Amino acid sequence: MTGPRLDTLWLKAYVGLALAFVFAPIAVALVFSFNSSRFPTLPLQSFTLEWYEDVASNPELISAFGRSALVALLVAALSTAIGFATAYTDYRFSFRGKGFFVALALLPPTIPSVIMGLAMLAWLSRLAISGTIAAIVVAHTVICIPFATAIIRLRLSEMDAGLELAAWNLGASPWTAVRTLVLPFARRSLLAAMALTAAVSFDEYAVAWFVSGLQKTVPVVVLEILTGNVDPRINAIGAIVFVTSMSLVIAAQILIGRSSQKSGTAE
Amino acid sequence: MASDARRRAAIFAVAWRAPLLIWQGSFFIGALGFLTVMSFWLVKNYRMEPAFVFQNWERILARPFFWDAFWRTLGLASLGTLVISVLAFPAAYTIGLVLSPRAQRLAIFLLVIPFFTSYLVRAYAWQIILADRGILNFLLSWLGIPAVSMLNTPAATLVGYATLTLPLVVVLQALSISSIDRRLIEAAYNLGCTRLRAISMAIVPLARSGLIIAAVFAFILCYGDFVAPYYLGGSLPPTLSILIVDTAKSGQQWPRSAVVAITMIGVLMAVSFVAMRLVYGRRR
Repeated sequence: MTGPRLDTLWLKAYVGLALAFVFAPIAVALVFSFNSSRFPTLPLQSFTLEWYEDVASNPELISAFGRSALVALLVAALSTAIGFATAYTDYRFSFRGKGFFVALALLPPTIPSVIMGLAMLAWLSRLAISGTIAAIVVAHTVICIPFATAIIRLRLSEMDAGLELAAWNLGASPWTAVRTLVLPFARRSLLAAMALTAAVSFDEYAVAWFVSGLQKTVPVVVLEILTGNVDPRINAIGAIVFVTSMSLVIAAQILIGRSSQKSGTAE
Repeated sequence: MASDARRRAAIFAVAWRAPLLIWQGSFFIGALGFLTVMSFWLVKNYRMEPAFVFQNWERILARPFFWDAFWRTLGLASLGTLVISVLAFPAAYTIGLVLSPRAQRLAIFLLVIPFFTSYLVRAYAWQIILADRGILNFLLSWLGIPAVSMLNTPAATLVGYATLTLPLVVVLQALSISSIDRRLIEAAYNLGCTRLRAISMAIVPLARSGLIIAAVFAFILCYGDFVAPYYLGGSLPPTLSILIVDTAKSGQQWPRSAVVAITMIGVLMAVSFVAMRLVYGRRR
């Protein structure tokens, strides 16, 4: 059914081409971050670490990186906690209005980030927290809860539903059962959710741009550099952002892969 | 005692439900609700004042400027969705049916990474590639082909859209293609179908709902994106998302931006509704 050999070869080459298209810009940013010319044109000039040194010695950029990291950590913790509660509710209970509940849990990513940014800016100004780090954390958590919920929910669906019932019958309170049974079972997915939501937050530029005010995160700085003049530091900043978020996404994927393989052997 | 146990069970259930309802109720529903309310408010002396007037709606909807942007955005996003869905299909087909399970997992693993990795910086890198004195033109001149102006064109916007959505569309298409019952595809080949005929007569119809869902996600992302039309497409004439950014960022005209935003949400809801009808309506 795989058809003629030659066909298959072409198809595989096509997949390679698609991957090349997807990874080309990442490679370009990495290469030019080490290029000594101020302008991003070929041919390449000599190798340099100048732009990285510039980034590392710029107080404004350092504080932006610190802020982004802090926001990502808080968002990861909050959205994973709320995501677990939501995933567990969907796994354990059925109740009236559950359709609405699940829709509320998964809807936010379908709202374009520009609209989310505008709505958050207006609403958080009303609540008098716009322009603070708290505003970015609040907005990013709204965006990240669905990702955390989905990852944890997938893992919970691999859990034998009878396990918890058995614990209850043996006299464990439902709280104890969650603490000693469900949480350890979902541990890898919780870590995966934290890694992925941290990556999403660390990369998010649109909503942060609207609500951050003077508390700029790294992507907001990138956005402002893009709107201004040619600035060769942007490739170095971009490379650091790539490496950070790629590591987080890879970690999340490995954690998810591992946890489903593990349950596969257990069955 | 029985009622005591029931109360404790109810508390247990509600406690797990509460975090989402409180957080998304306060900040997600709250923000979107206020966006709607705000579209009826007035701006006086650079400050918003509560009101219930249709002035913002009338102002925006009466402008040819708005409708130009409306149709342009719809056209660009539809074209992007179509082109990206078609370009993604051979890759998704290969990943879903031709590759070994191991290679399949690796391909999906690789495609998920960029989807969550700084779209903004990737769009900037495309500026370097597509610029008049950029990488692509350098390679062309090396081949003896005169330089082509690529940046600030609708084509460059599409490149940006593809950067944003191609990985996701390939993954979603591949997942739905790989979950087709293989025996049905075998049957098509046994009945003498060529590969192309098996694709058009068996695989596309069988994977239809997955292909439509992938297209809906592509449309939602392209339609709302402001990075590709702004930094690659040249920002002029603007799309609706650029209109929102410009109106909101230049002063306090948030109510008018809100009108544009709500119109966009309306279009997205209509498109999703039609798509869901296509997925679930004619199946059975």
